Amino acid sequence: MTPRDQLAAFPRRLADIGVRVEARESPGLAPAQLILVKPGDWSRLGIEARSWGCRWVASWGEEVDQAGGTVIRVNTCFEHGGAYLVARTAVPRAAPVLASHTTSYPGADRPERHIRDMLGVVYSDHPDARRWTRHQAWTQAECPLRRDFPAAGSPPARTAADYQYNFLLAQGGGVYEIPVGPVHAGIIEPGHFRFQAVGETVLKLEERLGYTHKGIEKIAEGRDAEGLARLAARVSGDSTVAHAWAACMAMEQAAGLDVPSRAVWLRALMCERERVANHVGDNGAMLNDIAFAFGFYQFARLREMWQRVSREAFGHRFMMDCIVPGGVATDLDPRFIATMRDEAHALGQQIGKLMAIINDLPSVADRVRGTGVLKPEHARALGCVGYVGRASGMDFDVRRDAPYPPYDKLTFAVPLHHYGDVNARARMRLEEITTSLDLIEALLNGLPAGPIRAAWMHPAADTEGLGLVEGWRGEILSFVRFGANGRIARFFPRDPSWTTWPALELLIHDNIVPDFPVCNKSVNGSYSGHDL
Amino acid sequence: MLRILGKIQRLGIVTEQLPEIGEPALTAIGEQLKAHIGERFGGSLAIREVDAGSCNGCELEVQALNNPLYSIERFGVHFVASPRHADMLLVSGPVSRHMETALLRTYEATPEPRLVIAVGECGACGGEFGISYASCGAVSNVIPVDAVIRGCPPTPINLMRGILEAIAKRSPGG
Repeated sequence: MTPRDQLAAFPRRLADIGVRVEARESPGLAPAQLILVKPGDWSRLGIEARSWGCRWVASWGEEVDQAGGTVIRVNTCFEHGGAYLVARTAVPRAAPVLASHTTSYPGADRPERHIRDMLGVVYSDHPDARRWTRHQAWTQAECPLRRDFPAAGSPPARTAADYQYNFLLAQGGGVYEIPVGPVHAGIIEPGHFRFQAVGETVLKLEERLGYTHKGIEKIAEGRDAEGLARLAARVSGDSTVAHAWAACMAMEQAAGLDVPSRAVWLRALMCERERVANHVGDNGAMLNDIAFAFGFYQFARLREMWQRVSREAFGHRFMMDCIVPGGVATDLDPRFIATMRDEAHALGQQIGKLMAIINDLPSVADRVRGTGVLKPEHARALGCVGYVGRASGMDFDVRRDAPYPPYDKLTFAVPLHHYGDVNARARMRLEEITTSLDLIEALLNGLPAGPIRAAWMHPAADTEGLGLVEGWRGEILSFVRFGANGRIARFFPRDPSWTTWPALELLIHDNIVPDFPVCNKSVNGSYSGHDL
Repeated sequence: MLRILGKIQRLGIVTEQLPEIGEPALTAIGEQLKAHIGERFGGSLAIREVDAGSCNGCELEVQALNNPLYSIERFGVHFVASPRHADMLLVSGPVSRHMETALLRTYEATPEPRLVIAVGECGACGGEFGISYASCGAVSNVIPVDAVIRGCPPTPINLMRGILEAIAKRSPGG
């Protein structure tokens, strides 16, 4: 039995133990299968999914009208062996009480608190009663994603700082607390980190995010397809290609639209270029965080040169807004095929030479080996994806395991490590650069001729779609549901950072405070992609 | 160590004599920048960059100013960790409501006379996000702004030009 069959057998297993399961057709969600579950069975679903070996991927909710009244519909996506399952339940809007999956899956903790803050779902047995996405811009009684909440809201004249969040405190002789952020050192995104330390050793780190919450899910409502693509391109600026692709894939699935193959290949080319740019830049930034300026400037130079070619070829240094519903906005001039091939080859050589130098330095090895270890069992419990998961033995890559065009036509290696330290994450990124450079060559060689965009057609009201893309940080899930006249009724992008931010809290344990920057950079969660 | 030195020697200095990139030369902008900073900031302009809710695109381009091709430090510009050390705030937006007070406090912590530049479409006008229950929109809706640098995100060259224009238009001592 293949893993795919195993997930197909999962609903039968649920039925066998008395869980009321109803399979539903939903072409837009394909290849994921959809099942309906009664809210009373939600807890058992989580327990069974965990014992079946499923990874908990994401959860999102929405307010909808059903026969019998208005409900809050909650969806949770699971994955097993590259097959996806969306389980759906509904609780009455007036009394939206549901069991939590956090008790089975620690990775569900913050996503469920996000749903609680945004939609008012009460998770009856959730172990953490504290708010997450909500700070002081709206009250507990308000639910921004409910339909009676206007996008403008009714915020206070000046939103106060959220200073009363209850961080866990360590107590004892010599224990002290270090609050950091939201405005913290460096040219980076805002977030708050609360360290409990003894001497230089970190006893505990607790993150407080949500500072860049911009209401993305809410302001997506009512947009047309192009408007949603632009918004998705700004969920996380460093992953603009991957998020735009995932959102467009979801919309195209909903519309049943076939995207021309040239467009799909160009999307992949851009996505691999984005992966290379970020991995190159982050490798330099990690070296900067261990005070090795030579490495930082070398990689920064390579990243800059790379982005200039992106601009020449696609008109934008990050290729923002180059992916549009139905295809891509600009075609690739044939002269760039040779340019990019040479460029990829040269970059591979340059990195090889640099790494020969860097690998030879004990002072670098000393700072990255054994630092910030994410144990494989923790990565599994949190459902970590991307290079963070793969550096800790989580062997999953959407491109290989749930292949979408054009990756279904390409063969490539997915690197895997097990030590889970900063070194392993840095190796992962270097090896992923190699894979991407090979893929770029294959994409350039095999680039099909033809149109780059299919005419957009409004999907019928209430159609939904799911997009799954391996961005440079890992698996991105994007869900859309259309309302009337081709307008978006619901958009939910799940950035892989949701799975890796909690990992940072674990992997920093027992490390020294001065190693936090390099540990953080080795994970490099997106604040904006997480805060929405 | 020999290999590091060898690599440095072989590569030489890649810092550009302010490049073409379809624009007037980078060096021209940079030299003007340096002259103005020399005249008005004692040769050193300290900038605190504040992400007040951006998508991180603007931050990537501000970071690029420090890469060896732009190497903005050679013109006397450096980025500092504390607003108390800053002459200028470079603020990307939109200002999320959850960052409103943090931005105000950062502004208040910056010694006068201080310059504020709103960066990017979102910083300038709210961009794709606008004003909502979660977003205050443009930076100028929260703190006084002296100049804006448009673009989504603005390129490093445009950031340099914008910083130059902001300090050039400001009267000496003001």
